[in-house]
Amino acid sequence: MTIEDWLRGALADADRRNLPDLKPLLEALARSTKVLRDANLMGDLTGGARPGPGHPDE
Amino acid sequence: MNDISTLSVEEFGRRLRAREVTARQVTDACLARIDSDNARLNAFILVMADAARAQARAADEELAAGRDRGALHGVPVSIKDLIDVAGTPTTAASRVRAGHVASHDAPVVVALREAGAVIIGKTNLHEFAFGTTNEESAFGPARNPYDLTRSPGGSSGGSAASVAAGMALATIGTDTGGSIRIPAAACGIVGLKPRIGEVSTDGVVPLSRRLDHVGPLTRTVADAALLYRAICAGSKPRSPAPMPVTGLKLGVPRNYFLDVLDDEVRRCFEVAIDQLRSAGARVTDVTIRHAHLTAPTYLHLVLADAAALHADTLERVPELYTAPVRLRLEMGRYVMAEDYVRALEAREMLRREVDSALAVFDALVLPALPIPAPAIGVPSVHIGGVSEPVRNLMLRLTQLFNVTGHPAIAIPAGITSSGLPCSVQLVGGETEQLLPVAAACEAQMAGVPSPRSGGLAG
Repeated sequence: MTIEDWLRGALADADRRNLPDLKPLLEALARSTKVLRDANLMGDLTGGARPGPGHPDE
Repeated sequence: MNDISTLSVEEFGRRLRAREVTARQVTDACLARIDSDNARLNAFILVMADAARAQARAADEELAAGRDRGALHGVPVSIKDLIDVAGTPTTAASRVRAGHVASHDAPVVVALREAGAVIIGKTNLHEFAFGTTNEESAFGPARNPYDLTRSPGGSSGGSAASVAAGMALATIGTDTGGSIRIPAAACGIVGLKPRIGEVSTDGVVPLSRRLDHVGPLTRTVADAALLYRAICAGSKPRSPAPMPVTGLKLGVPRNYFLDVLDDEVRRCFEVAIDQLRSAGARVTDVTIRHAHLTAPTYLHLVLADAAALHADTLERVPELYTAPVRLRLEMGRYVMAEDYVRALEAREMLRREVDSALAVFDALVLPALPIPAPAIGVPSVHIGGVSEPVRNLMLRLTQLFNVTGHPAIAIPAGITSSGLPCSVQLVGGETEQLLPVAAACEAQMAGVPSPRSGGLAG
């Protein structure tokens, strides 16, 4: 699931649960998740890069 | 006992064995401070005066009869009200816990009692330890002894305030993202987060089982070592062996960690580094390459772990939480499993990077808090021309070492022009190796004056 799709659903769920003050927190979580995903920690199953000490990209 | 605010555990032990003071006298002095100042500081949720006096009397009688339990014999210690003390409520500063009474002492309390400590009371905290300011508590905010309009830090804020204000000689706190080191830094005392898993977290209300730590807050590094060894299974309380600063190799992780700092905190930190260099330490920069992943990694782990622990009560009694803590817990219910796994991967990478940095240094050295103690009720502060949430700032320099599990200690290091404490944090590979390094550095750095000359004056 993309972060955008996740956030759209999470915000709608916060509305459904009558928790409007949760929405800015979910937006902050989405920004934090983007940083984590952009680090590409899980590698690429097609053989792409994975960061970390000792990796040839470093 | 005029010097109860500055008396160390070590010094008390010397005077106790020289028959210059009794456990009963020092306990009474702490209780007198609680009587005079707790209404202002709100450091204690429960004062156990009668039980503490009885324990102190027993400690004096034991010593007179020739039984010396060691360095903590007769020492008044406060306990964060997240930790079970038999026969008393463990409130976690939350209405969710109303009616709870602990049936047993937590292992850390058992160890303290066996070492002869006097349990003087239970201290205020941020609700369920899920915050850094102590503002969100069912018992109202604890306050900073240096400035009553400011937070003592959190989540172990009442614990830190109790030691800084002379209401206890030492305290036991917990640290999931910095909750020992942050309040220690804000209140001008020492806070030790041991290595992950060294001190039992049984009998402690959990926030994240993979990030929670238990440790001491004290006035000196030597006292922290005494408490640590008392609560660490199989250790015998003793002071760290003296170590010279000359030749110590200290690494400053400048990237990320020194990017966002209050100007006065930066000045105090640079002064501390100069003092260490002047004393012969070899201080050089080091890079933690993926340090920028610290906050997202910590956030995804702690949010999901805490949400899982609180899922049942969030459904049944959501109205009993303070609103901000409830919302943070709710936030964790939206973390996706795949992102949690990414955070676990990031944790391993960060652990390897900190290990690599420590392979060539005796310790890493960085500030413990990027800002002085914030004003109560202020959600964000301007720093470097940018408005930043207080919570994010307060966790910024400590949370990495919860993620990686490395031992870390906050040590007082000067004050701002408005009289608020600053603090330096040292990080090591093993707690027993870190403690003598910390004691050596402490001896070279400017400490902080007692709050009796500031917020608690008059």
